[in-house]
Amino acid sequence: MSLDKTIVPEVAPTFRVQWEEVQDCWVVLYPEGMVKLSGSAGEIMKRVDGNMSIDEIITDIETAFSETNLEDDVIKFLEVAYDNGWIRNKK
Amino acid sequence: MITAGSETKNDVKPPLWLLAELTYRCPLQCPYCSNPVEIAKYQNELSTEDWVRVMQQARKMGATQLGFSGGEPLVRKDLEELIQEARHLGYYTNLITSGVGMDEERVKRFKDAGLDHIQISFQASDEELNNFIGGTKSFQHKKEMARVVKEYEYPMVLNIVIHRKNIDQIRDILEMTVELNADYVELASTQYYGWSRINVDQLLPTREQLANAEKVAKEYQERMKGKSKIIYVIPDYFENRPKPCMNGWGAIFLTIAPDGTALPCHEAGQLPIEFPNVRDYSVSDIWNTSDGFNHFRGFDWMVEPCRSCPEKEKDFGGCRCQAFMLTGDARNADPVCDKSPHHQKLIDDVERIGELAKEEAKKPVEAKPLVFRNMKNSKNFISEEKETA
Repeated sequence: MSLDKTIVPEVAPTFRVQWEEVQDCWVVLYPEGMVKLSGSAGEIMKRVDGNMSIDEIITDIETAFSETNLEDDVIKFLEVAYDNGWIRNKK
Repeated sequence: MITAGSETKNDVKPPLWLLAELTYRCPLQCPYCSNPVEIAKYQNELSTEDWVRVMQQARKMGATQLGFSGGEPLVRKDLEELIQEARHLGYYTNLITSGVGMDEERVKRFKDAGLDHIQISFQASDEELNNFIGGTKSFQHKKEMARVVKEYEYPMVLNIVIHRKNIDQIRDILEMTVELNADYVELASTQYYGWSRINVDQLLPTREQLANAEKVAKEYQERMKGKSKIIYVIPDYFENRPKPCMNGWGAIFLTIAPDGTALPCHEAGQLPIEFPNVRDYSVSDIWNTSDGFNHFRGFDWMVEPCRSCPEKEKDFGGCRCQAFMLTGDARNADPVCDKSPHHQKLIDDVERIGELAKEEAKKPVEAKPLVFRNMKNSKNFISEEKETA
């Protein structure tokens, strides 16, 4: 696991994340395009708010879904989000 | 014969993309413009209230992407107001512009209004050709505006329409986009509709030019990985399979022309089909029940070779407008497809133009001048149509 969990991620200024009622999912919006997020991906992305650290996001999700061991899944998705440029480290 | 008001076809999904062609007025005169040749007919533009209503209705149905386009959308004085309303409704708002009519003050106002993204077009990488193709002295101003757009932290798309006159500059064009810090680069090969169809003999590149351009584009795609996304699509006249045009008729895209005509794509106005107007019908009526939008939905409308083709769900038989322009019947397979009985004719035409290009390269002056996109030329075409009708 290469991500430092104390890092606070935020949505990059060239992307927007929002809930879409008609699509019934969270989406990532960018110039002339949109990615629909799965239920679990949406739960993670909506917590990327520039306030919570990766550690806090993991804890928050585990609490919300009364589960443990979600760390790997969260990290795996965040790595995808970083790769796509959707999120960046808050300075 | 055709009115808005037939049955809703099964499993019609809502539109995702609303393209608002706010006006066909434009300070540029690019001879490959995708606007209809009859731009001079569109004097009666929708009001601010009309556009707000259309945006509200389409958003309610589920549209998320909104493009403000034209013509030159900056010509509309109510652009700031429309952006603000669109952003408030939750759209991702794209401004598709030449940059002419923009200044820093206006970019700042757009930011305050919530605009998400600005796409600026360039005609070439050098001032002389850029200004010649656009028919205006705009090159330095465009560069200046690109810098301002980045300064205000917008994601920036630079769009360059590629054709025979600028394709050999492709390396310089890409260097320019690197210098201007574009987040995305669209090397948009001219598609031959409207004005560009009139000018196809002067615009279609040769196979040799294409091969070189593809090589250079690939090189920059590798080099700029992670920094800038470069999209390069070759002109479909050189393909053997058609493009899945608009991802299917009435599937995702909704275009509204300046006069309120609703179209499944911005070229569809040329088809012999009656399309509804947002002044008369709601967006949901238009999308779900109008004959215009249901015309080529599904697969029942297809004729052979598409009807029994195993690839029909992949490309929907290609582009209806191209089929209409090149075969006279919009139901036919797009002649780009090598299964089309009209494909050979297209190949022959490409070869003929290739010969012309080689001849032209030997001579100091052009054999046939470009027809520039402006109201005067448009009026001439309209009166010619009347005479032949």
